[in-house]
Amino acid sequence: MMAGQSRILNWIKFSALIVVMILFVFPFVLLIVNSFKANQAITSDPLGLPNSVQFDNYVNAFDKMGYVSAFSNSLLITIAGVLLIALFAAMTAHYFVRHNSKVNQYLFFLMVAAMIIPFQAIMIPLVKIYGSLSLLDNKWSLIYMYIGFGSPLAVFIYHGFIKSIPLELEEAALMDGCGRVQTFFRIVLPVLLPTTVTISVLNVLWIWNDFLLPSLVLTSSEQRTLPLSTFYFYGTYTVDYGPLMAGLVLTLLPVLIVYLFAQKYIIQGVMQGAIK
Amino acid sequence: MLTEKGLWTRLRTRLIFTGPTLFAFATVMIIPFLYGIYLTFTNWDGIAIDQNFVGWDNYIGVFKDTVFWKSFGMTLEYVFITVVLTNAVAFLLAYAVTRGMKAQGWFRAGFFLPNLVGGIVLGFIWQFIFNQVLVFAGQKMNLTLFSTSWLADPDKAFWALIVVTVWQYAGYMMVIYIAGLMNVPKDVMEAASIDGASNRKMLARIVLPLMVPSFIVCIFLSLQRGFMVYDLNVSLTSGGPFKSTEMVSMHVYEQAFLARDYGLGQAEAFVLFILVAAITLLQVYFSKKLEVEA
Repeated sequence: MMAGQSRILNWIKFSALIVVMILFVFPFVLLIVNSFKANQAITSDPLGLPNSVQFDNYVNAFDKMGYVSAFSNSLLITIAGVLLIALFAAMTAHYFVRHNSKVNQYLFFLMVAAMIIPFQAIMIPLVKIYGSLSLLDNKWSLIYMYIGFGSPLAVFIYHGFIKSIPLELEEAALMDGCGRVQTFFRIVLPVLLPTTVTISVLNVLWIWNDFLLPSLVLTSSEQRTLPLSTFYFYGTYTVDYGPLMAGLVLTLLPVLIVYLFAQKYIIQGVMQGAIK
Repeated sequence: MLTEKGLWTRLRTRLIFTGPTLFAFATVMIIPFLYGIYLTFTNWDGIAIDQNFVGWDNYIGVFKDTVFWKSFGMTLEYVFITVVLTNAVAFLLAYAVTRGMKAQGWFRAGFFLPNLVGGIVLGFIWQFIFNQVLVFAGQKMNLTLFSTSWLADPDKAFWALIVVTVWQYAGYMMVIYIAGLMNVPKDVMEAASIDGASNRKMLARIVLPLMVPSFIVCIFLSLQRGFMVYDLNVSLTSGGPFKSTEMVSMHVYEQAFLARDYGLGQAEAFVLFILVAAITLLQVYFSKKLEVEA
């Protein structure tokens, strides 16, 4: 009796969860389905399936969004930003842990405290300063800014992890005649790999999808990242839903493909990042 | 501790290891932050090379800017509702997908999906859903709730923002709660269950108190994201209809970059920073007191 009852209860719970899951995923399904329909079919029946699969919308959107350029800009900025943040932050955190002086404690505290400053409190002077130095509208300035904004959290997470690494490993390497830098790259950096994955996951999600900062820094159309080109494409094209839907799918696609393969790491990265 | 001889070697090591990070951090966060405080006392218009010192005028301007305070009030309401709903939904989902059910991994992956996508794209997708799909379904099925677009009505547009925010962040917070739930010691749970505690009792007396650290993190994150909401605001409602859903972050942006009143905009941004920092620090301070050891 009891077992039967709990099995029914489990089924109810399971079905409820499936309903919630459909609610979560349905917007994406709707988007993909409609991206294959013509504008008239979308507005007259947004829930209907397409009559025939046609890629006109995609060709149209691909062209008008400047997809290739936006995609390569996003890719360059994300990869360079993520790698440089990880490398520099790991070195800094390592130095802070191994040279635990008053100055370093104070600098570390300053970085952690700065995390409370929201971007909006900095954006206006940031644009003014970098504008007056003629450093705006440049991908490398943006990457540099990401290093500045991203390093506090990265240093903080690395700092927590490096404290748990035994010092003997490094001492042995130094004894054998390795220099500081060599020891760091040969011994410390490989040990930090799991933390690097965590930090990189958080930073990829942030930089790839970021809108406000690039919209202030990158002003010309050939510098645009994917979120920017999506935004301007949507703004100039509001009447014709077909290409809009296709454009949104094109923006989503790279992330979905990565998620399909790296899902486990992404979810674990978010978990680890929050615990620390 | 690793120590070295020679001032020059020590300095060089310090520069190699901390130089790039600290330089970028100082020039991107600290200097603009301090310079921003200075800007609040000037009347820079975004074009002129120089600006005049205007004393406390901008701060008086902030207090006189009724639109700013209306925006701020609405943002407070939005933050309160989204923090409560996001965390309630996230905790329930986390609890449901850690009970050893079939296909747990798939559920987790599905609920997390919206977090892979930026607010801009999500806002556009939901704009389509609110303007087309729900209106279509509402008219077909005679549901007056949906027969006109939510985004055309000030009150409903506000709730549309809340729905999308909760949908977006619940999966992210769920992941953090899952981590917390998995850290609840098994032996404590077993002991309680042997002593005859019901599931509900164990949840209230053991799980929830042990989950306080996760709640602190999640509430902190959702507070901060809520106050700073911009992307979704721009793409879903663009502050409309008739500026009725313009959150405070969007207002600051418009004040500075569109109305070209950078001094006032920066003063509002700074007031916002102080208020948000105070609220989030108070939240962390008071909830830390609820923490218990297993």
